Amino acid sequence: MTDTYSRRWRPAPFLPDTDNRDGSLMFVMATLCFLACLMALALVATNRAVQGWSDQLNSQATVIVRPRANETPDLAAARAAEALAGVPGVTEARALEREKAESLVEPWLGDITDLEDLPIPRLVTVDLDDRNPATSATLAAALKARGIDGIIDDHSIWTRDIARSAAVLRLVCAGVFILITTAAGAIIAFATRAGLLARREVVEVLHLTGAENIYIARLFQVRFARLAAWAGGGGALAAAAIGAALRLAGSGSDLTPTIPVIWSDILAVLPCPLVAALVAAMAARLTAERLISEIT
Amino acid sequence: MARVSDNLFAAEAVLRFDDVSLAYGRNDPTLRRVSFSLKPGSFHFITGASGAGKSSLLKLIYMAVRPTGGRIELFGHDIARISSRDLPLMRRRIGVVFQDFRLLDHMTAFDNAAVPLRITGLRPESYRNDVAELLSWVGMGERMHVLPPTLAGGEKQRLAIARAVVARPEIILADEPTGNLDADMSQRILKLFSQLNRLGTTVLIATHDQGMVERSGMPVLHLENGRLVSQVPGTRP
Repeated sequence: MTDTYSRRWRPAPFLPDTDNRDGSLMFVMATLCFLACLMALALVATNRAVQGWSDQLNSQATVIVRPRANETPDLAAARAAEALAGVPGVTEARALEREKAESLVEPWLGDITDLEDLPIPRLVTVDLDDRNPATSATLAAALKARGIDGIIDDHSIWTRDIARSAAVLRLVCAGVFILITTAAGAIIAFATRAGLLARREVVEVLHLTGAENIYIARLFQVRFARLAAWAGGGGALAAAAIGAALRLAGSGSDLTPTIPVIWSDILAVLPCPLVAALVAAMAARLTAERLISEIT
Repeated sequence: MARVSDNLFAAEAVLRFDDVSLAYGRNDPTLRRVSFSLKPGSFHFITGASGAGKSSLLKLIYMAVRPTGGRIELFGHDIARISSRDLPLMRRRIGVVFQDFRLLDHMTAFDNAAVPLRITGLRPESYRNDVAELLSWVGMGERMHVLPPTLAGGEKQRLAIARAVVARPEIILADEPTGNLDADMSQRILKLFSQLNRLGTTVLIATHDQGMVERSGMPVLHLENGRLVSQVPGTRP
């Protein structure tokens, strides 16, 4: 019996494997990790969506063509399209038909198909080269050179608004993320303190038998890091499920009223268990070292 | 700066108290200007009534408290000048048998006995047999898998002694090691300390068991109201 036991003996953990407080602590940490993951997911999806929207707006311009007195609107639009198609940085220029122009003003004027004499301005859509897009000044110069009167809308107002909104969203997401991470750290510190006081006899025995403070602190560090990693995994999994549900609900990569989530965005939750473990380890270590020197 | 371990046998006395006083907070001093020294390999009892300062004197030696006056020299080092980095190394040279045992209830007797070796970072394979042998030596060979709450008082005491000596400390301090034990068990415990002492370990036992002290014939440091009032030489050759 004696020999068998000592041969098979493996050191037992200095801190008991389970603690009554572990369940509730794990739940709180998992909830915080879940919220942090949602923030990370929102941040990544927002960034990607804003980039997509900006690219889409930047790659096009619209020209409103006003015909001259002796010229039909269709002719003026065709001349403008021809003039713009030859400008460097333009890949394509198309004159839109009257029907298309009518449909654009329909929300404000209603059905105007019977009002043939109403001077509806013609539109020319210009597709710009992604790598070296023509500027609105270049386009204006090309129109002027051909004696065409037109107003160029390069969508810069919209892209500026989107960039501003995106910056605010990013700030909010990052702020909430930092707040949640700090709260998690504070909770770990609190739990470490409670754990240390509850295990005071272990700390004192180890201390008085010659264990270094860092050795004792590491016990708590490892314990809480492991706990946080599990909680982080749970939180990340729940957030990933929400992300997947959003994706399956149909928001894709187009301009949509909700933040579009794609499958790769969900990868943003992957580092959560590691980050949670690191935050927990750091909080536990600092708290434990301070408390050990207080109580010993 | 010299490390603690560099100067193991540099001084003749393994422990020296010079005018040492100790007060907890603003209370009256628990120890007042205590002076004595112990030679390596000696065996001493500290006696005195409850509250005389026996436990406090031991606490000063294992550095659980700091003196409020005087100077303590341990292994040739002034303990007030030992750096926090060297403090754990110094403590590893002292084995302590606490009055309340301080066994870790969630760990088996074997685990408890192995604590001082584990904290040094040794691999379990390198000390597993030593721990088992030591537990057998203190009569705990058949109880090494048991958790402390299920051990009897004498077994706990022997386990506490095993833990104190497993890392082969140079000094063993024991605080009332035979308190609450019957006469037979007290004799066995005292015999254990004597055997350790014969192996070269300095032993210092705080007790109010006058019978045990007289039977042993070992020198005595007697405390009264925090003062060392007499040093009685041993009757053994």
